[in-house]
This record gives sequence, structure tokens and C-alpha cells, in this order.
Amino acid sequence: MSKQLELRLSGSGGQGLITAGIILAEAALLDHKNAIQTQSYGPEARGGASKAEVIISDKSIDFPKVTLPNMSLALTQIACDKYISDITEDGTIIVDDSIVLPAQLVAKNIYRLPIIKTAIQEVGKEIVANIVALGLIVRLTGIVTDESLEKAILSRIPKGTEDLNKLALKKGYELAEGLLS
Amino acid sequence: MARKVKFLQGNEACVEGALMAGMTFYSGYPITPSTEIAELSAEKLPKIGGKFIQMEDEIAGIAAAIGASLTGAKVMTATSGPGFSLKQENIGYAALTEIPLVIVNVQRGGPSTGLPTAPGQGDVMQAMWGTHGDHPVICLTPDSVKETFDLTIRAFNLAEKYRMPVILLTDEITGHMREKIEIPEQSEIEVYNRIKPNLGDNYQAYKVEAGDLVPKMADFGSGFRYHVTGLMHDETGFPSNSTANAGRLMDRLMDKIEANKDDIITYEEIETEDAEYLILAYGGTARTAKAAVKTLRAEGIKVGLFRPITLWPFPNERVNTLSEQVKDIIVAELNYGQLILEVERVVKSNCPVRFCGKANGEVLTPDELIRKFKEVL
Amino acid sequence: MNHPLVENYFRMDKFPHIWCPGCGHGIIMASIARAIEKLGLDKDKVCIVSGIGCSSRAPGYMDFNTLHTTHGRALAFATGVKLANPDLEVIVIAGDGDLSAIGGNHLIHSARRNINLTTICFNNNIYGMTGGQYSPTTPTNEKGTTAPYGNIDKPFDIAKLAIGAGATYSARTTAYHVPQMDKLIEAAIKHKGFSLVEAISICPTYYGRKNKKGSVVDMMTWLKDNFVDVKVAEKLPQEKKEGKFLMGEFINIIEPEYTDQYAKIIEHFNK
Repeated sequence: MSKQLELRLSGSGGQGLITAGIILAEAALLDHKNAIQTQSYGPEARGGASKAEVIISDKSIDFPKVTLPNMSLALTQIACDKYISDITEDGTIIVDDSIVLPAQLVAKNIYRLPIIKTAIQEVGKEIVANIVALGLIVRLTGIVTDESLEKAILSRIPKGTEDLNKLALKKGYELAEGLLS
Repeated sequence: MARKVKFLQGNEACVEGALMAGMTFYSGYPITPSTEIAELSAEKLPKIGGKFIQMEDEIAGIAAAIGASLTGAKVMTATSGPGFSLKQENIGYAALTEIPLVIVNVQRGGPSTGLPTAPGQGDVMQAMWGTHGDHPVICLTPDSVKETFDLTIRAFNLAEKYRMPVILLTDEITGHMREKIEIPEQSEIEVYNRIKPNLGDNYQAYKVEAGDLVPKMADFGSGFRYHVTGLMHDETGFPSNSTANAGRLMDRLMDKIEANKDDIITYEEIETEDAEYLILAYGGTARTAKAAVKTLRAEGIKVGLFRPITLWPFPNERVNTLSEQVKDIIVAELNYGQLILEVERVVKSNCPVRFCGKANGEVLTPDELIRKFKEVL
Repeated sequence: MNHPLVENYFRMDKFPHIWCPGCGHGIIMASIARAIEKLGLDKDKVCIVSGIGCSSRAPGYMDFNTLHTTHGRALAFATGVKLANPDLEVIVIAGDGDLSAIGGNHLIHSARRNINLTTICFNNNIYGMTGGQYSPTTPTNEKGTTAPYGNIDKPFDIAKLAIGAGATYSARTTAYHVPQMDKLIEAAIKHKGFSLVEAISICPTYYGRKNKKGSVVDMMTWLKDNFVDVKVAEKLPQEKKEGKFLMGEFINIIEPEYTDQYAKIIEHFNK
């Protein structure tokens, strides 16, 4: 997949989505692609709905902001209500299965998946839901290589949490593989 | 050792650049969206024996930096709109007393408290005219994370070379976005240091000696015991009420810019060789313009981009020349029309100058700019 | 023949000074020079910083590293000088308006940080440079050009204000009590930490004339009669203290000093 990915990651502050955006962008750099990450600031970043956006491209990126994402992830209902309907027609929407999707959502793919549940039940920590989501996104898009993603994750996470995050990544991949098979 | 590739925010790249330029002192006051500059300076400066201090207000932030500069330190302070307003008096002080200093203004939406977390470019004229009285100004504006790094170094070098405050005018777009940056090695970076007098010289603190651009600058504490004042002063540095002396001093200060424009002014041009239309944009908005130029060119429209990197002094001559070549100029900026006034002044009646801007805290999108371009032409 | 003190510590070619006949500021300026001499400080390592106002012209006459800054900001500039080069002995000269009105924020925060700066406040209870407007230390009911019907503000006690903000040395003296002033300024410079000496000056031109305080001699006599050393006052009966102002050393304690504390952070990374 070589086309430009314009990704929006939304949820509540503290879910690690800004970190996830940075990790994905750094993985893209390791693959010698270009990437730009932006995020929401201010009170909304500390609760309510926060968002991080990432553009990844083989070419140089001029305009740094995502105007209309071609992939959008929401981990909370508030984030979903606020952001999810902005999507290209051929885009992909991914939401946590705790979320009720609005009616008349137009997108090519719409997935409701147990991202947070997977983090809690299969990895053991809700805090790694962001890494589960990254595994899922990367397996669906192939936007970065598995090696680069793992390297980027390991360079950003606290020491001592490597195994936890690797497991979360694996579970994310498996969620996607379940969809693709 | 290979160059380090990093994924940094513009604000972080600013600090990386400042450290490579030799910054040893930072003083400031927290204000969104510039705080990362203070935070990273606080973390990094003590590790290299430098100093960081969070002052009690914006005015103290610039005042302490000026004081530190007098001891020989390379100094920086960073702020945003409201803080930039508060710093104005001491910007004039540094200009008249010829004390090197870098002031970063990460522009947000204004006026007043405005939109603290959203971009704006409403401080362009303030950067030129904000402090009272005529004074020399150098103001640089980057459009990427890498250029924020480069221009921070350049701001330090120009401050030291011309002995004056230099304003790095960024915005929330470039300040907060993360982008790839290849950090050069220290040996690849050109660093300019102020020229100091030698002990035993007959030192006059504000006398320009033959062959020098500016007066030599002695560190406080190094044995010269001179006087610095924000009053008009003569070559010895002491106050003077003489109008003849004041005229000479003002001429000399203004001439630091006027006579050295070729050294100070830089700009970028994209596809201007055969351009029939010109978009003029700067800072974060230039990214919008670059995308728009690509799209319009793909449609066969001969449009080019002129991006001033040095905002002040404004690249008058080049813009004037381009205005004789093109049919129309569109100025894109996040305000109600500021730099366009300068463009109009320079272009005179050579070609129409149109405006495309907004000031609601949103960035200008390439589609909006393209729509405006097609609408006016 | 000039006194050797004058020859040694002043820029002779900058005189005459701008102060009016009878102004108390010269007395305080000379006292600072005597304290520096007594302490044997290296002139090249002394930096005197001021803001704007009559008293702030003093550094121009004094043969050290001198910095005449913007109104109210002397302490902020001085903080930068001191933190960047802690080897310098930094002395701030400020008027009452400069220090406690426009620069009040810098005063309380410099005191709070306990940064090793010595502040000498030349307090003449008026804005002299601009022509006699009331200041934060003009007593209630007294007159200024901007208080033509009497000042309704309550004045600051600057020495007390500094203590409240965390100053580790604070004292008051007057232009009449010169031997005491010399001692207090010397102690303040020697003190490691933020120190303040509030030196009560006189402004016969504006404050004196506006408030019918009589001649310069009358104003000096008033200082002599109305200020009591805090140690003497302790032993006086209440009726003798009535209406008197206290002077002398109010606080002199040792607490961690700011540039020392910062040096420790740097030291931590040098290990």
C-alpha cells in the first residue's frame, strides 16, 4: 500500500493516542517514508475528546494537517460522536466495541472491535489499548513494516514494559487478521 | 558519527538549534503554545553548565535574558502573543543598548487571550512596530521543523553579529507539528560569536572601530566597567541630550539593517521562473501554499510561490521584480491582512495584490487557497 | 582635592550629578561606595543595576559595571546578571516607585527566590523625576501633584514587604543616620541571599515643598527625631514609641541561596 495515509486517532486524554500517533510516524521514518504528526491541545487534551493525527507518505508532505482522514479510530463514545463522521468515502473507520455508531455513516469499511477488552482481558492492562490499536491499524494498512513498528514502540515505552507491549501488538495484529481471513 | 534523525516538534527543534548555536541562558514565563521551548531548555541547559530560570512574568523573562547577555551568555526567551506584547518595551531597550538576544514568538490566535492553542499570524506587524520609537528589527519565520532549527541558529548568529534582538516568529502550526529532522553535527554548524575588546584597549563601549560592523562588546565582570543605559548615549555609553549625537546613534542603529540587507534577507522561491501568478506566503501558511502551487501547476496554471524567510527587513527588491513579471499576486496569511500592506507598498501599481486569509484559529487549507485563487483570477 | 573615596569609586567626569540641592540621594550613594570600600570588593566584579527615576541615575556616576534599565525592571535584569555570572557582586539601586509600584512583582519574587542580590531602596516618598506625583510610600493624607486633595492610599512598608516575601535580610535607615546606614549597607552586601536596605531619603523640591516640610535642615531634623532603632525601641516605654518609625536590622537569617541551589543542579550532571 503506497498511497498517503491520513489517520486520525481519537479517544480520551490518557489513552495514549498521541503517543500511538508518534510511534506510528517514527516507524514510518524508520521505513524511510515521510510523516507528520499533529494533535489537539488545551483543555480538550486533558479529558473530553483528544485527537492525534498522522500523515504518512512516500512523497514529501506539504500541508501538515489532516483535513479529511482516510482512516479514523475512536476509542470512546465522545470521541466517536465528535470526530468519526469526518472520513473519505473510501476510508476506514475503526471503533471500540463499547461504542454505539451513529446511523448513516458513510465509509468503505466500518469495524467495531474489542480493542479495550483485548487490552484488559488478553494483555492484562487497559493502558496498552493504544498499542493493540496500532497493531490493528498496521496490519490493516501495511503502512509500515512490522520490524519498524516494533522498534518504534520499544523506543517510546517505559523500561520493563517491553513484553507487555509486544503482547499487545501481537493481539492487535490478531484482531486484524481475524477480519482479513 | 552519523547525523541523528529525530521526529520533533518545531518548539523542540528550536531548543536543539539554540543549544547548537551556543545558548547558555534561557529565561521566560510559561505561555501556550510556546511552553515546550521553556520545558526543554529547563531540562537541557543545566546538563551543559547553562542556566534556566522561570521568571515571575513575561517582562522579567526578557529582562533577565538581557542582563545575562551582558555577562557574555548567549540568551533566548520564548513567548506567544500576550507575552510578546508585554515584552515590547524591553525589546526596544535591547535594540538601543545593542544587546544580543533571541526572542521566539510562537504565534497563536488573537487578540487578547484569544485562541491559545490555535495558530495565527497576527503578530507580523507587531514584530516590526511593537516597541515604541524607531528601531532596527530582524525577524525570521520558518515553515518547517527543520527550518525552525536552522533559523534559531541563524537568529543567534545575527543577534551576535549585529548586536541586537532578533525575533524568531513561528506559529502554532510549525511549533507543534512533529516532523522529521536530521540534526547536523556540531562541526557542520556555523556559529558566530560577538567580538570582544582586549584588556588594555582604550575601550569605548559604543564606538564602532574601523573595520567593525558594531561596537565590540565586553562582558560585565571582565575588567571594563562601562555603562549601559536606555537613554540616548554617546560613544562612551553615557547619556547624552545632544540632538546631533542622538541623530548619529539612530542613523548607525538603523544602518545596521539598511546596509546589510543582502546578508540578512533570505527567501525561498518555487516555480517562479515562468510564473504568471504568484502566491506569497510565509511560516506555517507557506505549507498550504506549497500544496496549492503543486495542485495548480498540475492543472497547467503557471503559478509560483514566494516565501519570505526573513520577514523584516522585507525582501522589497525581489518582490518588486517579481511583481513586474507576474499578472497577479495573492498574499496568504492567518490574519486580516498584515504583510499584504508591505507587499502593496513594494509592488505599487505593477500588478494587483489580492488577499486570502482568515483569523479564526483554523489553518488555511490548500482547497481554500485554490478556491480563492480561482475566484479572483 | 577630592576625597580618595570619590576618586576611587566615582566617574569624576560625569559630575555634577542631576540631583536637586538638598536631595538625600547623594548621601546614600556615597554610603554604598564606603561599604564597597570597607568590604574590599574588586571594582571589576561589582555590578550596579538600576531602573528609572532620580535614584536610578546613581549607577552612571559609579565606577563599576553599571546597567541603567527600564522602569521597575532593575531586579529582573539583575537576576539575569547574577544567575549568569554568580561571581559578580550585584547591587540594585531603586526608588520607591520603581521598586514597589511598577517593579513590585520583581521585588517580591527576588525576595522569595532568595537570590544573592543587594537592593538599596532610595525612598523619598514621591515620584521626583516626573515632578512630584504620589508614590506607594507617600503617607496617607500627604499631597502630591496627582493627590492635590491629599493621598487616600495607604503606604507600603517596603522593609516589611520584603520580609513577608521571604527576604533573608531587611533593614531600614535614613539619610540622617549615616554611620548606621554605612553599617547596614555593608551588612546587606555581605549577606548571602536577598537583602534589602530601605534608605529613607528626602526630596525637598517636590515632597518637601508640596507638603510644607520646611527647609532641607528641617527635613533632616525630622528624620533625626522620628526614627528609632529597633533595638532601642524594644526598651522604650510605649508612650515614647508613639508615632515613631522603626529603623535598623529587622531580619538577618541564612537560607539556601538561589544561584547556589542552581549550581547544585549543574554539579549533579558533572558527576
